[in-house]
Parts: sequence; C-alpha cells; structure tokens
Amino acid sequence: MVNKDIKILIVDDFSTMRRIIKNLLRDLGFNNTAEADDGSTALPMLKAGGFDFLITDWNMPGMTGIELLKTVRADPDLKTLPVLMVTAEQKREQIIEAAQAGVNGYIVKPFTATTLKEKLDKIFERINAAG
Amino acid sequence: MTEQASNPEMLERARDLVAALEAGESERAEEVLASLTKMHETELFQQLGRLTRDFHEAMNKFRYDERVSTLAQEDIPDAKERLRYVIQRTDDAAHRTMNAVESSLPVCESLLAKSHELNALWTRFTQRELTPQQFRDLSKQLGMFLGEVQGDAETIKKHLTDVLMAQDFQDITGQIIGRVIGLVEEVEQSLVDLIKLGGKGLKPQQNTVDKGKEKETTSLDGPQIPGMESKGVVSGQDEVDDLLSSLGF
Repeated sequence: MVNKDIKILIVDDFSTMRRIIKNLLRDLGFNNTAEADDGSTALPMLKAGGFDFLITDWNMPGMTGIELLKTVRADPDLKTLPVLMVTAEQKREQIIEAAQAGVNGYIVKPFTATTLKEKLDKIFERINAAG
Repeated sequence: MTEQASNPEMLERARDLVAALEAGESERAEEVLASLTKMHETELFQQLGRLTRDFHEAMNKFRYDERVSTLAQEDIPDAKERLRYVIQRTDDAAHRTMNAVESSLPVCESLLAKSHELNALWTRFTQRELTPQQFRDLSKQLGMFLGEVQGDAETIKKHLTDVLMAQDFQDITGQIIGRVIGLVEEVEQSLVDLIKLGGKGLKPQQNTVDKGKEKETTSLDGPQIPGMESKGVVSGQDEVDDLLSSLGF
C-alpha cells in the first residue's frame, strides 16, 4: 500500500498548474503537499528535508526542472528522491535526457487525472518492488 | 577640400591655368579650366558613389540579415498560428467548464428539491404527524434518496474535476503567449534598427542582448501546436511511455 502521508513538492512556474496538480493529488488522498515556482526556490526546500516525492515542470525561469533533477541526483541526501516530470516539452531528445538524468516518470501536458494516477502508481510500485 | 589641394595633378593644372592667363593664351586657359572642372566633378561623383554604395550595403545587410528574414517569413506566420491555437484552447476551456457547470446544476437542483420534500416529511414525522403507512413510505423514500445522493455526489465530483482540469489551458497558453511576446520584442528591436538606418545612416545594431534571449527561449520547444509540431517530438503520452519503456522504464 502506498503511504498517503508522504510529503510531495510541486514545482511549476504557473500557479494554475500547481493548483491543478495539488487538487488532483488531494483527490488521490495525498494531502501533504508544498509548492515552489522554480528549481532555485525548490532546492532549499528539498535540502531542508522532509520531502518524499518531487513533481516538477521542465521549462521554468531561473532553475529549470532538468537542472533541478540533475542537482537532486547529484546530492547525496536527495539522490534517491522519486522525481516525476510534468511538462509541455515533448521532444524525444528531451525525454531521453530526462530518463538519463534519472527521472522516475514523465508526463506531457496537457494530461488527465488518470495519467497522473497511473504514473504515480507505477513509480510507487517500482519503489516498493525495489524494497 | 584639403584632399583636392594636395592633389598634385590638380595643382599642376592650376599652375598651367595661371601661366596661360599670364601669357594671355585665353584659348588654352579655357581648356585648362574645363579640365579642372571635370576633375572636380569626377571627385564629387566618386564620393556620391561611395555614399550610395555604403547605404546600399547597409540596406542589403539589413534585408539579408538572416534573422530578419526568418522573422518575416517564418516566425510571424508561426506566431499567428500559435495565437490562433491560444484562442482555440481558451475557447475549449471555457466550453468545457460551462458544460461541466451546466451538467452539475440540474443534479444540484434535483437534490435540493428532493431534500426539501423529505425534510418537510421528516419534520412531520418528528412531530408525530405521520401515520404508520406514511412513515413506511418516508423510510422507503429516504433509502432511495441516500442512494441517489451517493450517485449524484459522484457525478458532481466528476464535473468539478473536469472544471479543474480545464484550467490547464492557462499554463499552455501562458507559455505560448510568453514566446510570442519574445518575438514581438525582437521585431520591435529590428524596427528600431531600421529606423536608425533610415534616419541617421547608422548601421543596424546586431542585437546581442536579444540574440542571447532568443537562444534561451528556442532551446526549449514548449507546448506543441497541432499541425505545426517541431521535429522529433512525440505525439502524446502514449509515445512518451513507449519511448521510456524502450529505455528500460
């Protein structure tokens, strides 16, 4: 079973998108969320600790999502943090870059509530299987 | 006209002219004067020619500046398509929201009417005004109502989620409009350059600042517009999933 108390950080420069994701997560039972509007705001929050999951956009002013992902993977304290990318970027090379950087899931915008649920389930399934 | 004064050929002719005049050779003096005037005109024409050529080159440079021609031939039509897509997305979102609201309102109204009716009966029951048969009917109605409430709440929740998801247009259209604003700024800079060129004969500035900005914005493709997708993009979530599973995800 997935622990619904996990703390999730939602990073997107558009507040509307953050609210959409936050509401969808709430609908799925995840009530413990926080928001940041780009990588450079998100990073100190992540470093302060307590987050179990990261959902991030790619294209943001300041630090982009891919930079955030790479920084997280390079940080000894954060490297195992599951990261789901939710972005309008849909170039093959970008998806491959994200995969190589160690992303756990990739959702292209616009997406549906079902897609978000599926990807989250899949990520948790893999994490649980890896034990 | 120091350049002309330092011209030895012209000085030579001038001396010839003075000598001819002093010697009273008026015919020769005329001849020398004519050749001097011709030399002077040639110099003027050459200068005018140089100016014309510079101007022409500057204009050509501006005209053939790759960025400017790309702006006119590709980016502006592209921006028009993008803005049309913004209209379409906002239109879709508005209709999707209103559809969900229109589908929810009758459900709410029906719940309201039924709850009023049952509330009135329930009040009569608590005041012991109902016959045993009427109470049995009320009990049956309440049972049915609770079942309906459950279904109706599900329906309303589904519509509300739809309203929520419809708001994703703001992110997509915001990104598209942001890119068009970048383009408008670039066109503005080109126009300023053109005005400088035409007005003061200045060479167009290679807008280094904007070039940097352009690189930043074009390095990411952003939302794809149906019918004008960039090269090498996936067509949707299914293709993303296929690509990732081919990479062992």
